[in-house]
Amino acid sequence: MEKGTTRTRNELASFEAAVLTHLDAAYNLARWLTRDESDAEDVVQEAMLRAYRFFGSFRGPDGRAWLLAIVRNTCRTWMRRNRSPEFMSEAVELDEVEAGGMTPEELLIRNADGEALRRALEELPAEFREALVLREFEGLSYKEIALVTDSPVGTVMSRLARARARLQRSLAVGAGAEVKA
Amino acid sequence: MNCREALKQMHAFFDGELELARTLEVERHMNECRECARALRSQTALRSALRDAAPYYRAPASLRKRVRSSLRDEARAEAPARPASWRWLAVGASLAAVLLLAAALWTLTRGGFGGGRDDQIAQEVVSAHVRSLMANHLTDVASTDQHTVKPWFDGRIDFAPQVKDLAAEGFPLVGGRLDYLNNRAVAALVYQRNKHLINLFVWPAAGRGEGERLLTRQGYNAIFWTGDQMNYCAVSDLNAAELQQFASLIREPAQPAAPNR
Repeated sequence: MEKGTTRTRNELASFEAAVLTHLDAAYNLARWLTRDESDAEDVVQEAMLRAYRFFGSFRGPDGRAWLLAIVRNTCRTWMRRNRSPEFMSEAVELDEVEAGGMTPEELLIRNADGEALRRALEELPAEFREALVLREFEGLSYKEIALVTDSPVGTVMSRLARARARLQRSLAVGAGAEVKA
Repeated sequence: MNCREALKQMHAFFDGELELARTLEVERHMNECRECARALRSQTALRSALRDAAPYYRAPASLRKRVRSSLRDEARAEAPARPASWRWLAVGASLAAVLLLAAALWTLTRGGFGGGRDDQIAQEVVSAHVRSLMANHLTDVASTDQHTVKPWFDGRIDFAPQVKDLAAEGFPLVGGRLDYLNNRAVAALVYQRNKHLINLFVWPAAGRGEGERLLTRQGYNAIFWTGDQMNYCAVSDLNAAELQQFASLIREPAQPAAPNR
């Protein structure tokens, strides 16, 4: 049994080095997707155990993208189990009118405070939100985001464009409303 | 390059995802066109706002501790079993129990990951899966109705497999058939995910069972687990993430939904 214990210890060590180091990224994604502190903790806990069990199937080099895919998947399962569905279908997405981000109020955006940003980001549809979080906070490439969210690269690009357009609009509207009030 | 095109490429340009030639074209246009340059500047503004002002949630120290300790428990469970604190497994405590037992049995019965027995059975299920697709013998009973498929197995095998309806989750039932695996007759339930077919093999478990394992053979993913005194194996050319989702749906006990928050 000594041998088995050693293997386990080695495996745990390499898991910690390759995957557990990305705990912050995992939590940040889960926190933005669930929009709730304790839900995010439960999801991350479950995702980490899943990741550890499936570590045998992990073929490096990017432990972060691999982990984020598991976190994202766990989030979806978890939310389906505990909440009403939120992830929307592609059909709904196609109805979305592209505003183009042509006339955003640059200043308003630049001056948007953390609270307004948080609110605007949380109001985005889940698909848009996750793409934006992965791109802006984790700096993932389109290809990596496509892997994590299991979507084509073209879809990732259009989600990002729409997410940004919506965010700019809602920041401008929010700031405008405050001025009027 | 005109404005329409420039704006279309703007996000890829902004994200550094354009090839060099296109990058130069967009750049040139941005230098010449005030409107487009303004749209691009607002992207930059949004990015700096997001990166500077929006919260990045770092994992709390308590979570880090909790995760580490549960991983240690999990790892320790692979050595000769000893009681571990699994209060942490808020969701799926039953799964944890199966895993603990499984891991103990695992270390007793096998040398390490990818050992011979798993290899052999993975090969068998993949072959059975491929055969079911090739031989035009996918189902003996073709029905999307769980109440048609389940009774069909009565009298044909010496156990009653659970048949779940997962159409709402995007895994509609296609049917069922008898198959032969691991030197015995097994139930094969066929589900579908978009264009991918999933064979779910079910047969009674001899021992106390093992935890969830993912194996990949010839481009097929296979997930094994044991629960309710049954061995399960889901095999498909579906990607691992979705197959895992399928496995966890099958595995989820049919319980009343958790109260909404």
